[in-house]
Amino acid sequence: MVSKNNELRIGFYVCHCGSNIAATIDVVSVAKYIGTLPNVVVSKDYKYMCSDPGQEMIQADIKQHRLNRIVVASCSPLLHEHTFRTAIEKAGLNPFYFQMVNIREHDSWVHTDRFLATEKAKALAQAAVYRVAHHKSLETKKVPIKPAVLIVGGGIAGIHAALTLAESGKKVYLVEREPSIGGHMAKFDKTFPTLDCAACILTPKMSAVGSHPNITLWSYSEVTKVDGYVGNYKVTVKRKPRYVVEDLCVGCMECIKACVFKEPKFSDEFNEGLGKRKPIYIPFPQATPQVVLIDPNTCLNLRTGKCKKTCMQACDRNAIDFNQKETFVEVEVGAIIVATGFKTFDASRIANYGYGRYDNVFTALEIERMVNASGPTGGEVLLRDGSHPKAIGIIHCVGSRDNKTNKWCSRVCCMYSLKLAHLLKEHSGAEVYNFYIDMRTPGKNYEEFYDKLLTEGVHFIRGRVGEVTDWTMTPEEEGKLVIRVEDTLAGFVRRIPVDMVVLATGLEPQADSQEVRRLFNMSCGSEGFFLERHPKLAPVNTFTDGIFLAGACQGPKDIPDTVAQAGAAAAEAMLLIDKGYVEQEPNTAFVLESECSGCKSCVSLCPYNAISFDEITKKAKINEALCKGCGTCAGACPSGSIVQNLFEDSEIFSEIKGVLAYE
Amino acid sequence: MKFSYFPGCSLRGTGRAYEESLLPVMKALGVELQEIEDWNCCGATAYMAVDEVKACVMASRDLALAEKMGNDEVLTPCSACYLVLNKAKHYIEDAPEVSEVVHKSLSTVGLKLTGKVQVRHPLDIIVNKIGLDEVKKRVKRPLTGLKVAPYYGCQIIRPYCTFDDQADPKTMDRLLEALGATVVKFPLKTKCCGGSLTGTLPQVGLRLAYIILKEAKKRQADVISTVCSLCLFNLDSYHDKISSRWEPVAVPTVFFTQLMGLAFGIPEDQLGLNRNILPFRLKELASAR
Repeated sequence: MVSKNNELRIGFYVCHCGSNIAATIDVVSVAKYIGTLPNVVVSKDYKYMCSDPGQEMIQADIKQHRLNRIVVASCSPLLHEHTFRTAIEKAGLNPFYFQMVNIREHDSWVHTDRFLATEKAKALAQAAVYRVAHHKSLETKKVPIKPAVLIVGGGIAGIHAALTLAESGKKVYLVEREPSIGGHMAKFDKTFPTLDCAACILTPKMSAVGSHPNITLWSYSEVTKVDGYVGNYKVTVKRKPRYVVEDLCVGCMECIKACVFKEPKFSDEFNEGLGKRKPIYIPFPQATPQVVLIDPNTCLNLRTGKCKKTCMQACDRNAIDFNQKETFVEVEVGAIIVATGFKTFDASRIANYGYGRYDNVFTALEIERMVNASGPTGGEVLLRDGSHPKAIGIIHCVGSRDNKTNKWCSRVCCMYSLKLAHLLKEHSGAEVYNFYIDMRTPGKNYEEFYDKLLTEGVHFIRGRVGEVTDWTMTPEEEGKLVIRVEDTLAGFVRRIPVDMVVLATGLEPQADSQEVRRLFNMSCGSEGFFLERHPKLAPVNTFTDGIFLAGACQGPKDIPDTVAQAGAAAAEAMLLIDKGYVEQEPNTAFVLESECSGCKSCVSLCPYNAISFDEITKKAKINEALCKGCGTCAGACPSGSIVQNLFEDSEIFSEIKGVLAYE
Repeated sequence: MKFSYFPGCSLRGTGRAYEESLLPVMKALGVELQEIEDWNCCGATAYMAVDEVKACVMASRDLALAEKMGNDEVLTPCSACYLVLNKAKHYIEDAPEVSEVVHKSLSTVGLKLTGKVQVRHPLDIIVNKIGLDEVKKRVKRPLTGLKVAPYYGCQIIRPYCTFDDQADPKTMDRLLEALGATVVKFPLKTKCCGGSLTGTLPQVGLRLAYIILKEAKKRQADVISTVCSLCLFNLDSYHDKISSRWEPVAVPTVFFTQLMGLAFGIPEDQLGLNRNILPFRLKELASAR
């Protein structure tokens, strides 16, 4: 719709964004100034440019004033660039005859001086007006999407997302680092506030994952490489050797019985070290897949080569293979859901609480296993010497809400502490004390659960515990652990003697979250949890298209929230795949063949392998389908013969000129 | 190995036994200590409480003098000095309003401070720099059978705990074990000895000292090992009063360097052991066993 004589006719619009922009920037004066610039035909301010009337105003002006370039000064392009491009396209203009100026995040929100903020807005707007004059008509390209999804992490988040996608007919690859899926939830005894048996609600979903025709489950595996882009990711998965052929093993466990170690001898990870297992084992009875594995660090044969290998003799399916090596598989997917979960705070980091120093100080996860009927004590609450506790103290906020360790609230500890208080009292009859800073019970039926505990006779003492010590002062304290705490309701320091201390450890990012972040090109918050694209409006998206988040890897959350988020992530992935294609920003680079000297310096620099060298013409060639528009080659080309759409020299230089020309 | 040495006032006063045992022990370990010439009061906690900037100026003179000597580290045995010098360093590095006054004041007496000298405690130097292997090599009379309660007090671990855990320090425990002693599990190892409250608010201060001594007795410790002159003073000097107020809790307290000296075979009379009010006699203990 550019007028025949190539006359530039620019429309400029500045948004108030309610008071978000207008309170700090004099938008009227910005519009007035830009209106004086050459080629600017229309210059207006409006309360909400992104609203329907705002968009309609631009569309009407395009028609009425024959506008052929549009500049909008408002918020971040991340939020509304797409909105405005679509609006002007509907009015018949190429969507790339558009430039957006961010005067909210870059200006009004970060400045307080109204005069200077207004001056900055004018300079930025002028730069955009200068730039847009050089914009060209471009076409977006459509790339088909690989109709499969990779899910990383087989906890409840990954399980729920996998089943949702698989049920809708999508192909799912589920990668789990541990030998079985199930994650932390599989270790829990009951779930709050309903006191449902965790295994009873989780294991049917686990076995559904294991048998679903649309799900390929790779347990004991890790993602090692991710290439490509939204719709077309190429992922490499490392499959660690379990020394048992998965396809042959039926989980009869005859080999475990036959192991030369007659008794379980080694610390059992699933039971948090409270129980013992053999070198050949299955993590827990409902493990999925139902396949045994051999731990190379404790297996006699793998360690020394000297063993009767009774396990091999016991297996009539010949499933045991001591020569198994790690293997790598490659898979192509359209979308990825990262659901890598959390780790619990290392309680020994707070030495005052005596974990690791006093035998009868436990972590909450250890207690989860202890109160479980299939746990190491058969559900009996026992001290390390096998006796029964008469008094138990549960300390909240261990590694949460603490400037010395982690500042955040871990969200689940108050509720799981209440649950454990109930279970411990029920299983042992002991007096149970909760030491809390604030009781945080926001959630459906959570406060009611707290009320119930109050009537059950559990004691609640408000105060952050100073220390757990075996320094006793009275005969009643003798032989006990003393919890020293300032009771902030009573207003004095108390000493509460107990037999068992339970530390309600908080939730932390996984130890390798930084590596995972880099692997999937995601961002992290300062505390290390993966960052969502927008905390309110894009809570399961990341800043990388096609990569979604689910569960506690994004921040501490309980099971209901995790499942809800996993469902949302699955829906986002489904939406992407069902659309069938992705539109790619036409910001690709191309080679001006006449200028290219054939030096090849760009070829090796391209991180996407999009540049090849044509041996016949002796020129570099860019594969548009592979180019991601990073600009590396355009910057590096010594002869200036690589040009990048939307970032051409003329566009950037005129933009700079626009800022510098403003006085 | 060579260090600048800042004894501070207490090692020439109430804590004389500390220096009397530290010097021969360090000599035995092959360490040369060069005392800072014309050192002044570190200001202790008292001055810090009155005027932090001036207190930093005072401490900075000692740091600048140490720097002038050309050693990288200054050995600071007194807990209060250790805390104050580290605190001053920290303030001078992080607070421009302090460093400005400090540098100006130092320049008027021709001194300069770049901050390159590290302030280290002998416990840290002995265990982490010299190493327990070297210590073990010099043990001639291992303290076998001697039950020791390791007592760190507050100032060397809070807030500038550069070499150990604030809530559960173990450096001295490891050192005592290397000497052959039996280290008693002592949950009060970082609790308050009473500090200056034994003088100003005896009903509070003495009770705190009593709690430490009582626990040591209950844990059947033969002796309490300390790193601090004030701790030793409080735990050693008030047995009469504590006994009349509460109960007798006669556990002697010595400096860790005195126990090192004994294990190294240095004669008792060269380790300042005669200065204790409640005496500690290794031979009597051994014969009682």
